[in-house]
Parts: sequence; structure tokens; C-alpha cells
Amino acid sequence: MLKTFPTGGVHPPENKITANAPIQSLPLPEQVIIPVSQHIGAPATAIVNKGDTVKAGQTIATSKGFVSSNIHSSVSGKVSKIDMVTDTTGYKQTAVFIDVSGDEWVDTIDRSEEIIQDVGLTPEEITRKCLDAGIVGLGGATFPSHVKLTVPSGKKCDVLIINGVECEPYLTADHRLMLERGEEVLTGATILMKALRVEKALIGIESNKPDALAHIAKLASGFKGITVHGLKVKYPQGAEKQLIKALIKREVPSGRLPLDVGTVVHNVGTAFAVYEAVQKNKPLFERVVTVTGRSLSSPGNFLVRTGTPVSKLIAAAGGMPEDTGKIVAGGPMMGKAINNTDVPVVKGMSGLLLIPLEESGRAGSEPCIRCARCVSVCPLGLEPYLLMTLAELGLYERAETEKITDCMECGSCSYTCPAARPLLDYIRLGKGIVIKMARERNLK
Amino acid sequence: MSNLLNVSPSPHVYGKETTRKLMLGVVLALIPALAASIYFFGWGAIIVTITAVLSCVLFEYLIQRFLLKKAITITDGSAVVTGLLLAFNLPSNFPVVLVVLGSLVAIGVAKMTFGGLGNNPFNPALVGRVFMLISFPVQMTSWPVPSGFGTGYADAVTGATPLAVIKAGIKGGEQVSALMDQVPSHMQLFYGYMGGSMGEIAAAALLIGFAYMLIRKIITWHIPVSVIGSFLIFTTILWHAAPEKNADPLFHLLTGGILLGAIYMATDYVTSPMNPKAMIIYGCGIGIITVVIRVFGAYPEGVSFAILIMNAFVPLMNTYIKPKRFGEEVKNG
Amino acid sequence: MSSVIPLTIISLSVIASIAAVILFFVARKFKVFEDPRIDEVQEILPAANCGGCGFAGCRNFAEALVKADSFEGLVCPVGGAKIMEEAAALLGKEAPVVDPLVAVLLCNGTPEFRPKTSNYTGVYDCRISHNLYAGESDCSYGCLEYADCVRACAFSALYMDPETRLPVVIDEKCVACGACVKACPRNIFELRKKAKKDRKIYVACSNCDKGGPARRACKVACIGCGKCVKVCQFDAITLENNLAYIDATKCTFCRKCAPECPTNSILEINFPPRKQKIEAEPAQTTEN
Repeated sequence: MLKTFPTGGVHPPENKITANAPIQSLPLPEQVIIPVSQHIGAPATAIVNKGDTVKAGQTIATSKGFVSSNIHSSVSGKVSKIDMVTDTTGYKQTAVFIDVSGDEWVDTIDRSEEIIQDVGLTPEEITRKCLDAGIVGLGGATFPSHVKLTVPSGKKCDVLIINGVECEPYLTADHRLMLERGEEVLTGATILMKALRVEKALIGIESNKPDALAHIAKLASGFKGITVHGLKVKYPQGAEKQLIKALIKREVPSGRLPLDVGTVVHNVGTAFAVYEAVQKNKPLFERVVTVTGRSLSSPGNFLVRTGTPVSKLIAAAGGMPEDTGKIVAGGPMMGKAINNTDVPVVKGMSGLLLIPLEESGRAGSEPCIRCARCVSVCPLGLEPYLLMTLAELGLYERAETEKITDCMECGSCSYTCPAARPLLDYIRLGKGIVIKMARERNLK
Repeated sequence: MSNLLNVSPSPHVYGKETTRKLMLGVVLALIPALAASIYFFGWGAIIVTITAVLSCVLFEYLIQRFLLKKAITITDGSAVVTGLLLAFNLPSNFPVVLVVLGSLVAIGVAKMTFGGLGNNPFNPALVGRVFMLISFPVQMTSWPVPSGFGTGYADAVTGATPLAVIKAGIKGGEQVSALMDQVPSHMQLFYGYMGGSMGEIAAAALLIGFAYMLIRKIITWHIPVSVIGSFLIFTTILWHAAPEKNADPLFHLLTGGILLGAIYMATDYVTSPMNPKAMIIYGCGIGIITVVIRVFGAYPEGVSFAILIMNAFVPLMNTYIKPKRFGEEVKNG
Repeated sequence: MSSVIPLTIISLSVIASIAAVILFFVARKFKVFEDPRIDEVQEILPAANCGGCGFAGCRNFAEALVKADSFEGLVCPVGGAKIMEEAAALLGKEAPVVDPLVAVLLCNGTPEFRPKTSNYTGVYDCRISHNLYAGESDCSYGCLEYADCVRACAFSALYMDPETRLPVVIDEKCVACGACVKACPRNIFELRKKAKKDRKIYVACSNCDKGGPARRACKVACIGCGKCVKVCQFDAITLENNLAYIDATKCTFCRKCAPECPTNSILEINFPPRKQKIEAEPAQTTEN
């Protein structure tokens, strides 16, 4: 019996067309554009100036505050300017433009292929290294990892969960990483266990990746305390709360964090980045991105430096197909559509999906027929049809009592609606307003 | 224009289900029952069905075009479903003029006055039927005896429904066991050999449609199962308490349109509750009210009244019965 | 049978009188005292319930007026000075002098000036588009064109011009209730002092980007060059965040600034045409 979460969920066509494409390294671009805000929390402050020469791995922007992250140069070269650039948020952000010359790395980085399994550091040192290396959650949320490794006093963590679910259709970056860098991922998990002082780690992998499941399960027998679990294919299984429920049957209370039920979830990509940061001293400046889409001539998985314009990735995957109607950074369910191909790759970009024109539009919205499909697919037990109406009418107090803030914007409701209603669009709008209202109320 | 990228909020992929496909699915699921009624009632069934469907669609079109002056939405298929269900609730020799009138009530009064699809509190087809039942009781209770294409539309031999026979008999002080000989056997009832509304007679055909709708995921099991479940439990209790005064549960189940109501009418999206918990309460309500009307009330059937009564409670249930929120009760192990 | 009718009349009369007595006592017991002047003031108010005064409706505003010691800060934008004076006279207080205002759109990004760079296929709602990204053009400050303001206007003083794809304010109908200012997620409506003949000179731009990007995004963007600031003799123009702003209370309508603007982002509305050679960009958007 495969494990899964109990309420709601949908099963969109998986379309994992790049599942068998090995990770390729993308050649260095001529210029990289590195935004100083690639994470949740305060943007980092740029510490380089125009004309400075930098090496790959050098810190170019430092974190500001606890929930923030360092940004490193991904290439060696000269800072040509510090300017604004439209990134995946759709708005202009400050970014450091670097003209690439050569590929010189900071000396402390260990560039050998050798896999080091022994962890000699203390938990505090590991957390420190994650902070210095700018590690953030690579599943998409980009929450700074050092914050998650710092267990506040009074809270207890007894089990670590490693998220290898990759429930978004199309994406295969984590899948390939587990297959090709399984040992590093597991070592990363061991490091995370040590940092959190836990004895047990669970890796959850959906059963549509049988090769990765078998591979990781085989390797995990050599690691103490790590067990691997197959999960039924269901979206959004990779969501933190759903994965915790599926694996250890604990339910994170509304408005609380996984730590409140004694667990922490990290993505396999993050585990790999932690391994590189701790064992190889390598800051987070490159990641695996799935470039996919049915019209692409050679879709694949690419190891790419942050700051590379997405146009390079598309070129590497065979060039932009004629019929492209929409480009999505991330998966099709939660990714963000981008409006031009100069957008740089950021830490949180797990995939790049090119959707053909005829599939990129949206059917016109029809009246709600109250079929209750949105209610039955909501993984959080909310009533999307009601929340949408409340948000549309501006009844925010009522929306708050109906738990609009619990929504994690997985998009299952909009996906499933037969009347093509923009459920999530309005819920997201209402959620933002309700959160703002609550914050203002708390200030008073 | 063409080389500009489209941008919209997530999600960027959508399911394949549309309102139209769902309505079409319901129509498909009704086809076995339609075939059965044509088999048993001949031309009458065809005439009534076509009239009801056409006039429902036509009235929806006319009202949208000339009264509301809004976009025409007859292609979504909801009017077709209403028309079919209305026809299924009428006797096969029902006068054509009255069928048209019933369609006008169903579409004009019960659906469009509230704002069209999605806004009507009561099931349109049932409002149409109940309107006819109250206004034209004679025509609505003269049921043709099943004879296939053997007799014409107008000169069909009429008789009472099995439930009406039993009801009248009990009132007259007869024993149920004696009355049972006057009505068709259970097996005949299962295949639909009885007098009654066009759609309610063939239990077997209705169940085929039910299976189809479940497999196609057009409806969930909650409402039909809770209606039938509560109905069976209640009739069993009554039967055991006084077998000489009450027919057996299976007889009740196969007659009087409880299956038609439970599978197709109670599950109408618009007028049923929005979450499983409420759906089960709603279904049980229908089952119990139906039995109460049948056994203690004036009407022999009662399914349509039961559904309409529970329809009235749906907004209340949607407001106060909530699905279980994730992370609501802290119950960690 | 004949006794039924009188019996009915008698019993109903008895029930009615009992109910009347009960109602009489209930009404006395639960009577709420309300200042009768509130009703009188409410009579004067326009009953638009637009919320322009900052209160939930005209009744609440009337209450506030009756309770207030002075009318300072209490203005009914719909009724204007006339109604405020009437209310003041009724309550024996003094109404402060308020300038009539009118809503003005600080954007002139028509499709001609502001090239489209993407295609928004989401819901026709400015707030949703604003939360998603910069918009169909590269200007992340300008109008999104999905008419949230038009829907918010209770006085039909706004409409979308299909040519310019921008909202147009009908000055005669605008009561400066501020609903559009609140509705606009980009905050590009301003309530400006109304002038004679509805004349206006204002910077029709809200772009805070530096000159280069601003101009690339829109040909009539304010690039923050400061030329208008220098030419103004009345200190009416200020430059902040690469964006010039003309203070309507200080502006004397000397019309010196508009010709200076290299991008024609300063609009002159309802002025007689200039005689000299200088050609101001014909204001296409706001004819009235």
C-alpha cells in the first residue's frame, strides 16, 4: 500500500518527458544577471561595485536580517553594472550584471569529484555554513534553509523529511538528481539530520519514479537512520503539510509550522546543495533546471549557473519552438509565467516549461454549477467556490473565518473546475488582503 | 501580437472536464432509462420526451434572448437535462400542451427567475413536475399500462401505479399480503413492467446509468447511497413493525421513482450541498421524508416533495456544515 | 354556518388588540434615543452612500457631523460646500472652506506610446494583474487597463476609452469621492483642485524608474529630467523618485512647463490653443 495524504488532490497528466534525459552542464553565458533577492525574506545588500572583478562563489550580496540569504557570484568576471531587471516576480528587482571571463572559482571550493561522507562539523557549524553558502529551499519556495535548521528553544524536532516527491507535472530535476547524485543527496540528508540533532530521516518519493525509488532505497541501506518510502502519485503531495501527513500521519495545525509537530521538511535539491556547501565549501550558485515542453526539439535537464538568462536554456534545449505561447518558470501548477526570455535563472527555478499557444489560453469562465469538485479536491479542506465569491465581493472578514489564509495556492481547484472559473486568482487576491488586514490589526 | 508571450496567474494547465461534457454525461446516463420507457410506453414516451426537451431549450433561449438580454447559454446542455428529467417525471400520455406548460414553469419560474444555471435553489424539473401534480392531478395520475408500441399515444389504457394500489388498498383496510397479488412481481418491477412516470419504472436501466455516472465521476456516491440507505433502513423498520400494513422495503425501492430521484434528481449539482458531510445529511433527509410521505401522507410517492423540501435546506447546510479543514483538530500520534 | 363569520371577526379583533397592547409596551421598553438632528442632517446629505467622506454611509456621516465639535476634516465631497454650509447652519456650526476636487489619471500610456510586451490572459481585474506582474507593457507603474476604477465609480463619471484603453474622467460628473483612488492598485488617480473651466496642467505619468527604462517602456513617461522644475517660477513643481509633480494649489496655469518637457508628459487640458510655434502634444486622452 503506497502512502498518500487523505483529503483532496488531483492527478494532472504527468508529462515527465525529460525523465530519461541525463543532467547536462550548460556552457557559460557571456553575461549573467544575478538578482539580489532570490529568496523569501529581506533582499540581500549588494557589496560589489561596478568594475569589480569577482570569482565564482564569491559573495556579492549579504543577507539582511535573519530571514534572508547571501547571494554569490556564479561566474568569474567583471561587474558591468548594478541595475534593475525583470525577474520571475514579474517586477523589476535590483540585480548585479557580470560579464563573464574564464571560469575561475574561489580557492576554498573543493572541485574534486570525490564524495566525502564523513561529517565532522557540529550542528552550529553546519547551520553557519548553510547561511554563508546562501542555501535556500530549492523546491520552489526558496525559504532560507538556515532558518529551518535553527530549532527555537521550546520546540522539539524528532524526524527529518526529505522531499523527493516532485509532484508537479513535467518537472524532473529532482528525479535526475536522485538518480545521478543519490549518494550526495543522502549525505546531505545525514548532514541535515546532524544539524537538527535527529536520529531518523524519511525520504518520500512518488511511485512514478520507480528507478529513483529503487536507486535511493538501495543506497539508503548504507546510511544510518534513513528510510525511503514510495508514495501514490497525487498532486500536491510535495506540499510540506501534505507530505508530513502522508509520511508520518501528523497534521500541521492551521497557521503553524512543521516544527510544531516535530519535523522539518527539506527538498532533495536542498539536501544536495547542503552537501556541496558543507563538504565542498561550495556556495549555492548553480542548480538543475528542467527545460521542457511538448514542442521542444531536445528537452532536458541542465545544470546551470544562477543568473543565466532563460533564453540560453531554451537555446540549449533546441531553441524556442514557433508555437510557444507561454513560458512558465517552475511547474505548470504553481509556476509563474514570465513575460520575456531575458529573465535570469534564480535559485528557486526548478523548471522552465514552454506551453504551445493553443494550450496557453484559458477557457472563458462560466457560471458556477456548484458541482462541488473544488471542495472535494482541496487538499486543505477549504471551500474554494465560497472563498472566491467572498474575495470577489470584498467580504474579507467572512473569508478570514472561512480560513482563506490556509490556502497554499496549489491550484487544484482552478485545475478541476468544469466551468473554468478563476477560483485561485480571486482566492489569492483575497488571501493577500486578509493577511494585510490581520497584520494591520496586530500592529494596533 | 503572435510573438508576445501570454501571461496569466497559475495554474497553467487545466482539467478536461467542462460543464457541457458533464451535462452530456448525465444525458448519456439517462439513455438506458429512456430506452426502457420507449420500450414500455411506445410513441407516448417519444412524444413527451421530445416536447419537454425542445420546449425547455426553447424557453431558455427565448428568456435569455428577449427578457434578460444576456449571452445565450443553451449549448451548456443544462436545459436538455432539465427537459429529459421533466419528461421522466410525467406519464407517457401526458397532453403535449401541458408538457410545454410544465417546461415553462421549470425553466422560466424555477431556473431563470433566480438568475439561470447555478443560482436556482430548487430542482427545475421537480418544480415543473410538482406544479403539474398540483394543477392537473387527473392527468398526472392516469398512468398508461405498459404496452410498448401496441397502442397509440392518446388511447392508452391507464391504470394506477403499484404504490397507489397498495396505498388505496391499505386505506380500504386490506392486508398488504393480499394486495401484493394485484401488483407486478419484484422481478417485473426491476425491469420496469409497471404503470408510472416514464423514467421511474425501469430500475435496471437507472442503475446502469448510475454506474456510468460513478465511473465517469460525474457524481459521487454520497447522495444516492445515503438516500437509498436511509430509505431502506426506515422502510425495513416499518415493515418489521407492521408487515400487514407496510409493503416490503424492496417493493418500495423499486417503485415510485425513489431510484430516479436518488440517482438523478437529488444529485443535481446546483441544488445539492457542496461537501460530503452535508451531502449525506441531505440524502438521509430525502430518504426519510420520502418514507414519511408515502406511509403517513396523502401522496403515494413523495420523492419529489422530499427532494424539494431538502433543497430548501441546502443553503443552510452549506453555511453551517463545513468540510473538515486540514489542521483543524490537533490529533497527532 | 352563519355564526362563523361574526365569530371570526370577533376572535381576530381580540387577537389584534392583544398584539397591539404587547407591541405598545415593547416599543416603549426598547425605545432608543437618537438625536433628531441626525435625521435632519441626513435629509440634507446627497444619500449617495459613496463613502467619499470616509464613513460607511450618509447616516454615519450625519451622526459624525452632529457629534463633532467642529467640522474640521469632515467634508461631503459629493455635496460640496453648499451642502456643508446647509448642515453647518442647521447645527449652528461653521463649515470650513474646501476646494472642490476632481479625479485625474496620472498616466497617458496609450498603446501608441506604450508598446505592449506581453499578453495578459488572466482575469479582467487590475488587482489580479497587478499582483502578478508589471503588466502588458514594460511600465510597472502605469494603468493596467482592466477598469477597476470604472467599476468602483458610483457616479458613472468614468469610462474606458476603447482607443486609448485608458479610463476617462467626466469632470462634470466626478464628485471626488475618491473611490477610484482606492480601487486603483497602482495608485495612479489623484484628486486635484478643480480650476476654472476645468483647466488642468499635470504630469500624466507615475513612473518612478530612471529616465532610460522609463522612456523605453513609454514614450510619454516622465524621465525626471527636472526641466519643468527649473522653469517654474512658483515652486509648484517638485521632483521626487525620478518623477515630477505639479502642485495644483500652487500652479498658476502660466503654461511655461509643458513646452519644456522633452517627453510631452505634462498635459494641458481645456486651454485655448497656443499661438506660438511651440507645439504641445495634443492631449488625446482627456478631451473634456
